[in-house]
This record gives sequence, structure tokens and C-alpha cells, in this order.
Amino acid sequence: MSAAYVTKSPWVVHYDGSSCNGCDIEVLACLTPMYDVERFGIINCGNPKHADVFLVTGSVNEQNKGIVKQIYEQMPEPKVVVAVGICACSGGIFKDCYNVMGGVDQVIPVDAYVPGCAARPEAIIDAVVKGLGVLQAKRDAMVKAVDAPAEEVAEAAAEEVATEEKKAGAVPPIFTMAEIKVNTMDFLKK
Amino acid sequence: MIIKAIISVVAFLVLGPFLGGLLAGLDRKLSAKMQRRVGPPVLQPFYDVGKLFQKEKQTPTRFQDFYVILFVVFIIASGVLFFMGGDLLLVIFTLTIGAAFLIIAAYSSNSPYAELGAERELLAMMAYEPMVLITVIGFYMYGGSFRVSEIMAADNMAFLPLIGIFFGWVFILTLKFRKSPFDLSMSHHAHQELVRGATTEFVGRTMGWIEISHWYENVFLLGFVFLFFANGTAWGWIIGIVVALLTYFFEVFIDNCFARMKWQFAFKSAWVVAVVLGMINLFVLYICF
Repeated sequence: MSAAYVTKSPWVVHYDGSSCNGCDIEVLACLTPMYDVERFGIINCGNPKHADVFLVTGSVNEQNKGIVKQIYEQMPEPKVVVAVGICACSGGIFKDCYNVMGGVDQVIPVDAYVPGCAARPEAIIDAVVKGLGVLQAKRDAMVKAVDAPAEEVAEAAAEEVATEEKKAGAVPPIFTMAEIKVNTMDFLKK
Repeated sequence: MIIKAIISVVAFLVLGPFLGGLLAGLDRKLSAKMQRRVGPPVLQPFYDVGKLFQKEKQTPTRFQDFYVILFVVFIIASGVLFFMGGDLLLVIFTLTIGAAFLIIAAYSSNSPYAELGAERELLAMMAYEPMVLITVIGFYMYGGSFRVSEIMAADNMAFLPLIGIFFGWVFILTLKFRKSPFDLSMSHHAHQELVRGATTEFVGRTMGWIEISHWYENVFLLGFVFLFFANGTAWGWIIGIVVALLTYFFEVFIDNCFARMKWQFAFKSAWVVAVVLGMINLFVLYICF
């Protein structure tokens, strides 16, 4: 175990896939005096190379999947991806569109899902704070990786994260995918 | 004398980053209060740097790290020369070399954002450099010595005879601290058109070292403010430290009151201040002393 600095200063980079901007406005609302995420050391830094948490809003389509991948790859480890809003979780009401691939998890691994249309600022903050558990697990895996050969490390890291998530329930999606589907259907009926 | 110099150098090397980090934390807390937010803990800058040192190593070119190390070394060296009571001219030239290495490091990444940031940093340097030179010349014309130790031991405060130069120095501190309205090359604030300007390509521990050397630099720049009030007595020390802290508070206040200006404004205003406040003050000194 190393000192838990990674959980104390999560810097965020925010990318809008193809949302209606509702979730983006809620993400920015987190920075306002009303919610003030800087209390937790969270900064919206706008630079993937400095970021620890990747907030994606909106669904992924053929046009932007490369961009989402590139931003993810530019972020140094340890890193966490949070899908904000129902479009980023599953594609939402755009799921069946010809050009929409679905949620962000079609392109990059997602660690926390925030459903909602638009997602509430409280839920977004909750997801980022829960994502910190994964961040710590990934950091611990990195520390262990220093001595072990590369292939073992990759496997161990993947296992470590998986078991940590199960054991601590570190990042349960705030709702399960089944619940999200039900919620979405309700939303559509309205 | 030598023992005193060694003590102050060790104190600067050990306490400098703590003081600088605390000041940075107070800066963020104060800014938050001014915006009616709660703000991060005062120790947040230390958490940030701790985190940066825990991140994966990533560098676009191996030369970048080399230049960043030189930047850190020269910034700390200029502070050390200042606090051991050395020659002010040597201090500012070392500081300038340090700043130049930061610019070269930003250029070496070949990232368009970092390159634009580096160009703006060069313009900022050209803006503040005349005033820095005038400040040092002013100390020499008043006290007859470039050595910090002799200025510190002088009988009279340099503040009143150098009052124009003092305000000129406070003006360029905004450029040196990279506060609004002159945070054109890199900003601590969330969004800007250059992503993060000159620091865009510095990742993990490289960025951590940049932050630490900024802490050293800030403490040493406030040391300059202190120098205007030092006169070898306890009162000189107290007034100097209080005014240095007030100056820092003032810079935070200005930072929160202004949007970023274009580089043309930064350049023109800094040179106008240097000519009006600096040169006139030097002229008065030339006539009176």
C-alpha cells in the first residue's frame, strides 16, 4: 500500500460524445459554488495528460470513437472512466440509430455508470468519488507490478481490479444495467 | 557570516517548498472564498504533487525531462544565491536561465499547445525582464551594493526611496506568478484555449517537479518584496514579512478580479510601468543620492 494521494486529488477531463448538452451542463454545475467539487480536490483540468478521471457524456458513434479512444490512451495510469448520463451508459434513446454504437463501454472500459437524463450533479459527484476506489486499486496494482514480469502483471492487475470491485463493491453502478433499461423504458413511455 | 549564510540556505531548501505549497493552498482557499465556495483543504497542493508522483511516467521526448531538471536546478539555485546573501545580478541571471529552460522544455515536446504556451512565456519574459533589471539597479543606486547581505544590513529601509520600483515589482509579480490578467502562457484555472499552455506535455512526476520549483520560485520572489523593507532590525523583518504576505494576498485578489488579457496588453503595460515607475524612480535616485 502506498500513501493514498491518488484518491485525494482526482483531476477530471470531460468529453462530450454526442449528447444534447444536458449532461454537460450538469457536469459544469458540479464546479459552481452550489456543489463545489473542488472541496474534494477535484479539478476540471481539460488536459488528458494531467487527468485521472475521464467523464464522458453522450453516446459513442462512428465519428467520435477514435477521439474517445485517443483521449483515454493519452491519460497516464492510474485512470478511471465515468459514463455520465443514460446516453453514455447504453446509448439511451439514440441506441437504435444507424450511426450510434451504444454506450462508452463499447470503445473503452468504463468503471462507473451514472444514469439519468440529465444525470444529476449529486449523482455525478457520487460516481467520481466511488471511482476513487478503483483508482486506488489500480495504483496498488501498479506498485506491485514494479517487480513482476510484464505478462503476469497485466493479468494480476486485471484480476486485482476485478476482485477489488467485487469484494468492496467499490464501484457498483448506482443502478444495475437491468434497472437502467427499465428506467429508460419508463422515460420513453412518458 | 558564513554560518548565517549556510543556515539560511538550508532553511530555504527545506522550508521553501513547504512555505510555497502552503501559500499555494491558501491561494486556492482564498480564491474559493472570494467566489463564495468552500474550496479545497489548505494542504491540497501537497496532495496534488503527491498524486503526480504516483502517476505513470510518460514523456514525448527524453530531452524534455533533461530540460525540466535543468529548470528545477536553476530555479532552486537562484533562490539559494539570493538567500545566502549573494549578488543580485547573478540571482536574476540564474532565474532567467531557469525560465529559459522551461521554455525550451515546452518547445521540445513539439505539441502545438505547448509551443504556443512557450511562445507566450517568451513574450511574458520580454515583458517583465526590464523591470527586474531596473529593480536590481535601483537597489545598487540606493545602497551602493548588489549583494543581498549588504542590502539586508543597511541602516535605512529601501522602500521609500524605491517606492516606484516597489510598485513596478509588484506589477510584474503578476506576470511571474502567472496570475490573471497575465496568465497567458499557462494557467491554474480550468479551461483555457491552450489546454494547459506550456505545461500541457508535462505528465506525472515531471509536472510534480514543475509545481515544486514554482513553490521555490514564489518564496524567492516574495523574498524580493521582503528585501525592500529589510534594514537589519526586527521591525524591518516584521514589516517585510507582513508586506510580502499582503502582496501575495493582493495578487490572489487581482487574479480573481480579472479575465486574461492579450499578450499585447501584457507587454505594453509592463513596459509602460517599467518606464514610468522604474525609470523615473531611478532618475530621482540619480539626482538625490
